[in-house]
Amino acid sequence: MNTRTKAIGAVALAAVLTTTACSSGDPLSSGDSDGDTIVIGSQDYYSNEIIAEIYAQSLEDAGFTVERDFRIGQREAYLPEIEGGSIDLFPEYSGPVLQYWQPDTPARLSDDVYAALQDATPEGLRVLDQSAATDQDSYTITKAFAEQWSLTTVDDLANVTEPMTMGANSEAENRPNGPQGLRDTYGVEVGFTPIEDGGGPLTVAALNDGDIQLAIIYTADPSITANDLVSLQDTKGLFLASHVVPLASDNVNDEAADVINAVSAAMTPEDLLAMNARSVDEELPAETIAKDWLAEADLG
Amino acid sequence: MKWLSLNWPQVVELTRDHLLLSAPAILLSVLLAVPIGRLAQQRPRLGGPLLGAASLLYAIPALPLLIIIPVIFGIPLRSPATMIIALTVYGLALLVRTAADAFGSVDPRVREAAVAVGHSPRSVFWRVDLPLAVPVLLAGVRVVAVSTVSLVTIGALIGVPSLGTLLTDGFQRGIPAEVATGVIATMLLALFFDAVLVAAGRILTPWTVSRRERLLPQEETT
Amino acid sequence: MNLFLDAIAWLADPANWSGPSGVPTRVLQHLVITFAAVAAAAILALPTGILIGHTRKGAGIVGAIAGAARAIPTLGLLTLLGLALGIGLKAPLLALIVLAIPSVLAGAYAGVQNVDSAVTGAAKAIGMSPKQVVFQVEIPLAAPVIIGGLRAATLQVVATATLAAYTADFGLGRYLFSGLKSRDYAEMLAGALLVAGLALLLELLLAAWQRSAARRIAAPARSSSAAVQPESPLVKESV
Repeated sequence: MNTRTKAIGAVALAAVLTTTACSSGDPLSSGDSDGDTIVIGSQDYYSNEIIAEIYAQSLEDAGFTVERDFRIGQREAYLPEIEGGSIDLFPEYSGPVLQYWQPDTPARLSDDVYAALQDATPEGLRVLDQSAATDQDSYTITKAFAEQWSLTTVDDLANVTEPMTMGANSEAENRPNGPQGLRDTYGVEVGFTPIEDGGGPLTVAALNDGDIQLAIIYTADPSITANDLVSLQDTKGLFLASHVVPLASDNVNDEAADVINAVSAAMTPEDLLAMNARSVDEELPAETIAKDWLAEADLG
Repeated sequence: MKWLSLNWPQVVELTRDHLLLSAPAILLSVLLAVPIGRLAQQRPRLGGPLLGAASLLYAIPALPLLIIIPVIFGIPLRSPATMIIALTVYGLALLVRTAADAFGSVDPRVREAAVAVGHSPRSVFWRVDLPLAVPVLLAGVRVVAVSTVSLVTIGALIGVPSLGTLLTDGFQRGIPAEVATGVIATMLLALFFDAVLVAAGRILTPWTVSRRERLLPQEETT
Repeated sequence: MNLFLDAIAWLADPANWSGPSGVPTRVLQHLVITFAAVAAAAILALPTGILIGHTRKGAGIVGAIAGAARAIPTLGLLTLLGLALGIGLKAPLLALIVLAIPSVLAGAYAGVQNVDSAVTGAAKAIGMSPKQVVFQVEIPLAAPVIIGGLRAATLQVVATATLAAYTADFGLGRYLFSGLKSRDYAEMLAGALLVAGLALLLELLLAAWQRSAARRIAAPARSSSAAVQPESPLVKESV
């Protein structure tokens, strides 16, 4: 009876939902991309949104019609949709997106990663030129800890004689960039604590409090300089190079691709960091930051 | 309040999104909970397990629920529909028992009297049971409304924008004003729904206006 | 429904049942934080609620505060507390206590307030002190409703305690987060089934306790107070 009532409930729910969905016109979801409009998505991450906004404005300036479908979660949520064709253009990061499609990829350096990514990209999608701008995972420590043990590279962690704990999103625990990879590649043993904010403020606070000694934080995160943190050099290539790279559907024609490639060519790592800092410090919306950058880069 | 002055159009837009996610979910919860609650109240042997099962829906963590719904209903993960179904599931869990209690609170003698004067069963439901159940039901709906509005914020997990977006974005950027705006706007929206429901209750049950206003479901006795 | 079969297979795998991240450890951790949060909420909210119910003063204000508290997104609260208190269990525990308080409070004051005033009047008339009225009349008669509040709070907390894993290596939430992020949906669903199973178990235990409390007062007392449906409103906010 339990299952039956549940099934009846599910059917009723579906029925009612269909009717309301029709009448309310579904204002939140993106329409399927229809030839003319380029649907641009972004991660639920302010820095990614700024890049997506730059794509949007530059395409608009070039006379294209775009639809913004920003802040649509993490890779797990949005990539199936890009693969399904409802989003045409998305700012991605070469390393992580390659690892999404090929978890065991041996590629580490920028060009290798980009080449592997071109092969790994599914049918109907392609990657445009990658930008010099990077935003990649790094092992980050406090300056005090770095000075105490004179650490500049990940290898130096072997000098540390006291137990260390790494804080990162839980998936790192079983991924090559987590404690296992650190042990296998560098021979360094660390403990692990999950902090599910993707190297955000909680992670930084945990570093400053000394609850963790090592965190995975994006290199373009302004909090690194703001909190006097140090990113260790990854000499043995534990982390994949992670350049900003546009993921595009066939709906992005050559002319539009040229516009985006010009943006990628103009954007430097420093630009990205500076824009992130403006977002955090000046509290500006992505729209303003994107507009200013385009004007400065003479692309606007 | 620098952030708010620079970003208020975004707040307006997200408030609208938030409203459009919560309102259908609240409405659906009521539309489904009333017949189920009525059934449970009329057939106690069926009702006990039914009510137990309904309140257990509440114990399903949101994250897996959001992943399972698209599988069951064949809809995209990142869609308002997924979110609205999930919110409705939780709304039902909260409301079904209150709905059963609401019908239980109707004096059977009133019902008998209605039958005696010639009302058909359908007419008894619409003209006696339902109106008399409204006060208790409404108290339950108020709780569902507030909790639904608060729950919409988890939409950020599957990329459905709402005022919850301000929470995640504010934390990422370390802008307390943005986080505070998200929390306060969510609470204001909840208060707005509550005020609408209280007003609706006054209109629907003119005979109870002088009675206690701030009812919680379990305060209501027969 | 492959996903469900995968989850069952995950649960059947003995490898997932041992070690510091095995099912027994995680279930125990989950229970510990659930009990800690509900117990703390009870210590704070029960006396307050009983006092309000007894004096019948302040119910409006407290009801409003409890209502407002329900609208606070728990994930938002957790992150704010995490920034203030650091990672670990302090922040999630505090957030869960805040989550549990409205239900416990509402159960306590509604239960006591609904005790028939004729009964308390009679108790006073035979010479009971206010203290005796509270402890020997009002609390026993309100017990089913008070337990109903605790039951509602427990259900909310056990489902929301998955958030403890947001900043700590603790509880069943670990399966949800790591399953989601590494797209191991079998693990995630298995975690969800464990949470739901735990909730079911606690729900059955507390319902039995509530029934026995109701039975105790139903025998001699009039049915009007015993018949109060002791369900409390809930609020959910979990991942």
